[in-house]
Amino acid sequence: MMRWLILAVAAGLPVVTAATEQNVVYDKSRITCASRQMGVPVEADFRQFTARIDFDPGRPDGSRISIAINTASFEFDPEVDDEVRGRLWLNAHDFPQARFISSSVRAIGNGRYEARGTLEIKGARSEVTVPFTYQPAAGGVFEGVFVISRLHYNIGEGKWRDTDTVGDDVQIKFRIVTDSPAAKRK
Amino acid sequence: MPASPSVSSYTKAAITLHWLMFALIACGFALGQYMADLPLSPMKLRYFSWHKWLGVTIFMLAVMRIAWRATHPAPLPPAGTPAWQNAAAGAIHILLYLLIIAIPLSGWLHSSAAGVQTVYLGLLPLPDLLPKNKPLSEFLGEVHEILNDGLAVLVAVHAAAALKHHFVNRDDILRRMLPFLGPR
Repeated sequence: MMRWLILAVAAGLPVVTAATEQNVVYDKSRITCASRQMGVPVEADFRQFTARIDFDPGRPDGSRISIAINTASFEFDPEVDDEVRGRLWLNAHDFPQARFISSSVRAIGNGRYEARGTLEIKGARSEVTVPFTYQPAAGGVFEGVFVISRLHYNIGEGKWRDTDTVGDDVQIKFRIVTDSPAAKRK
Repeated sequence: MPASPSVSSYTKAAITLHWLMFALIACGFALGQYMADLPLSPMKLRYFSWHKWLGVTIFMLAVMRIAWRATHPAPLPPAGTPAWQNAAAGAIHILLYLLIIAIPLSGWLHSSAAGVQTVYLGLLPLPDLLPKNKPLSEFLGEVHEILNDGLAVLVAVHAAAALKHHFVNRDDILRRMLPFLGPR
């Protein structure tokens, strides 16, 4: 492998080196989910997640973003948390993580970007498009919101399927702060 | 209250509001007692919403009622009622008015601090008066409960006094709030 690389450099071919991943500041980052209960917006936090972000605003197409959320870190209030971590909702025991892995990232103008990729929750996968903004201040702040259908992922089974009490739409909001500027690819 | 010509009965509006609020408060109270310790279920979420809608309705009616009372004199107590009883009745009425305002407010604040906005009838969002704060929410929940216990005691005394006037003193205290009982 190394030899091919040296050969390629020697031959003057363009070499794309993997940009350094940005260092995520978890204290300042937040991922929440918001649903509607009989018209009442209710927002809860995921306290633990891992984000791996390799993003260059100048060349977003080469970026990679993957996020893994610990489903057991759902936090609203103890009674709700027990239920949501339980079998009928996120089933944190059998599905400890919810994951998003980007397949492509593109700029859509005005400092806005769009990450397409696979979202896997509770064993169900689907392709999603996640719009986000990137502010380069202080390393970089990624912010966005997108909506999923909870029933698509079997979140809230059995007696909870009825969407008159808890609506089907769930807003996933994120604000991820990094303290290292986006690495420029060579 | 300015001196005003004495009246012998409450207005129809006052009587309607009194009994309507009694019915709504009884429902809200019973629902509150019942739902609080239920295990989490869609039905429990419904009960909480209905309880809050009742509370908002009671609050709005309470404001109307106090405005009505402030602009319409209440009938005087029957002649010969001991002064201490008049004073006690007056104090209980003031406390009842305070509680029908304070109880919905404490519930609203409790919900706000719990991080659950109140959306009247599922349509009209009320502002969240407090940020989410768990210890504060628990404290306000206790306050809500204690105020309700106080209300239950006062309502019992209030009703017992009305019945005592009706059956023992045989005066028109109860009849002026229940005109269909007819003249004695």
